[in-house]
Amino acid sequence: MSLFSPKNKEAFTTPLWKDNPVVIQVLGICSALAVTSQLEPAIVMGLSVTVITAFANVIISLLRKTIPSRIRIVVQLVVVATLVTIVSQVLKAFAYDVSVQLSVYVGLIITNCILMGRLEAFAMMNGPWESFLDGVGSGLGYAWILVVVGFFRELLGAGTLLGFQVIPDCAYEAGYMNNGMMTMPAMALILVGCVIWAHRAISKEK
Amino acid sequence: MEHLISLFVRSIFVDNMIFAFFLGMCSYLAVSKTVKTALGLGVAVTFVLLITVPVDYLLQTKVLGPDALVEGVDLSFLSFILFIAVIAGIVQLVEMIVERFSPSLYAALGIFLPLIAVNCAIMGASLFMQQRVTMDASVSTQAINSVGDAVAYALGSGIGWLLAITALAAIREKMAYTDVPKPLQGLGITFITVGLMAMAFMCFSGLNI
Repeated sequence: MSLFSPKNKEAFTTPLWKDNPVVIQVLGICSALAVTSQLEPAIVMGLSVTVITAFANVIISLLRKTIPSRIRIVVQLVVVATLVTIVSQVLKAFAYDVSVQLSVYVGLIITNCILMGRLEAFAMMNGPWESFLDGVGSGLGYAWILVVVGFFRELLGAGTLLGFQVIPDCAYEAGYMNNGMMTMPAMALILVGCVIWAHRAISKEK
Repeated sequence: MEHLISLFVRSIFVDNMIFAFFLGMCSYLAVSKTVKTALGLGVAVTFVLLITVPVDYLLQTKVLGPDALVEGVDLSFLSFILFIAVIAGIVQLVEMIVERFSPSLYAALGIFLPLIAVNCAIMGASLFMQQRVTMDASVSTQAINSVGDAVAYALGSGIGWLLAITALAAIREKMAYTDVPKPLQGLGITFITVGLMAMAFMCFSGLNI
């Protein structure tokens, strides 16, 4: 079987749009809402989740024949917790500011339902390479929603992107105001609601 | 005593698990279709919080913290694994106790009981507690410096979660009769409703207690 057979390609692309973990399966909502007040933490969080999902999928898939099914949840939790600890230490060492911004939400990747969902539904039944592709696909499907929400919240809330000002000064002089409400938790919920709305409207047209 | 009360009230309204930190969102959205099941899950989450947070507090201060177990050793990088193990163990224990003493409640909660183990609200409360251990009670009303504080914080967070899920379930029961645009139906409108509820809860954030 080739590395990029149609089946593998499907495992990678379905979670990106058709079966998106956030807007269709409603998994991993907690962090999707909490870390998106700016673009930078949203990108870092998306990448961390992608890395953890991919490697947790590979490890569980390699172990799948040896794990007794009664204690599989505990085994999965331990594997995920170990990976999250590694990622958290790496973030603390190389991107300290972002890791302070993300605070407890890095630790909360452990209880991110996307991980447990993919491990249970995919990695326990498929080989390591397919599981890796599936993990990367699910992680990226989660990441792009975060990036979209983070983009709008930072642009409308603070007039910046990745910390750089994008709305020109003359706009402010002409009376434009940042919408401080966008950086509040409440607007995150409403924006995700709108993303779901748009996603469903577009999918239906197809 | 004053500190306990303000910690308790703050964690219900100001630091509400759902509206301020979005913790436990997955089960919050999935189980809020009827008031009865929402209430059952809320009580179960409160109960699990009430046990895990004080246990994790003792673990943090007696084993994991700097200089706690061995002089000069900081084991706090192990906290994720230990906390999740405690939570999984206690959820298992609660499940067995409920099954033994109240089979009717056990049947009513069904699959949601074991799923509490992966509810972010439980893990989140433990991680917030870990952050607040180092705060000073005389400076911040958020500080958690004793087992009593941990109990008050856990109880407040649990009741806040219970309040939020019951309120949403009641709104959704009524909303079933309204005319919502097709692509917005179900999940989309639920998100927007929660957003509006969060806006209402924002007015508590200025509360000075």
